[in-house]
Amino acid sequence: MLLKSGTETASKLSEAALAEHRPVLFRYALLKLRDPEWADDAVQESLLAAWQSTSAFQGKAGLRTWLIGILKHKIADHWRRMEREVVTDTFDLNEMDAKDNQDDDFFLSNGNWHSGPSTWQDPEGALKQQEFWTIYETCQNNLPPKMAQVFMLRELVGLEAEEVCRETGLSDANYWVTMHRARLRLRECLEIRWFNQSKTEKEKCHA
Amino acid sequence: MRSCRDITALVSQGLDKKLSVGERLAIGLHVMMCSRCRNFQNQSQFIRKAAHGYIEQLQNRLVKKPESD
Repeated sequence: MLLKSGTETASKLSEAALAEHRPVLFRYALLKLRDPEWADDAVQESLLAAWQSTSAFQGKAGLRTWLIGILKHKIADHWRRMEREVVTDTFDLNEMDAKDNQDDDFFLSNGNWHSGPSTWQDPEGALKQQEFWTIYETCQNNLPPKMAQVFMLRELVGLEAEEVCRETGLSDANYWVTMHRARLRLRECLEIRWFNQSKTEKEKCHA
Repeated sequence: MRSCRDITALVSQGLDKKLSVGERLAIGLHVMMCSRCRNFQNQSQFIRKAAHGYIEQLQNRLVKKPESD
């Protein structure tokens, strides 16, 4: 009897818990596959596979990590079916280029800003303009690839910091440095390419 | 008094984990007096918002699949 109720709890837990992770899995697949139908298929297949093998899963803490592991296989299967080379991104993230993780060009040796953040005019308004998103994408693509991957897993897919570390093999300390670096770079890029640009345009209009 | 480099690193960490009271106090006092770090604080939050908006955009763009014109 104990055993029976235990199994019931397990299957209930997985059904509800699986559904809960669907949005994150979809965003992950979308970033890798760049096609919502393919992404949806991969997520469906993954959830089905997970549901059929709940006994293989141990411990609730790493459920999402486990699901992403399954999803990765489904994505690899997809590329195999498409007869394309499987894109692997298993480079060692702890071996980032030294220059990627130096913030000396942002700060002076005394720790003050080199050329610091200026005040942005109407950032909320920028979100409504199509041209802004083109600039945003350019800035994001300009991040070094490894840094971009960490940033996207956290901010686009929505994984927790510790999940990103597990996923990428990045150490705790390297994670903080990398995310901070990504934000400093994105901030600077957006300022130069969007916020300072629109400021000069506005000044031109008033001239 | 902590430098701008240290304060912005803390601000960044604060987006991904809960900071201690001391750390939050240090940030609060610093940004009261330092407009550059205050800007960084606002902008790092904006970047998060933009990133969320971007993934939505990407989804919409892919769903629409514009016909070649």
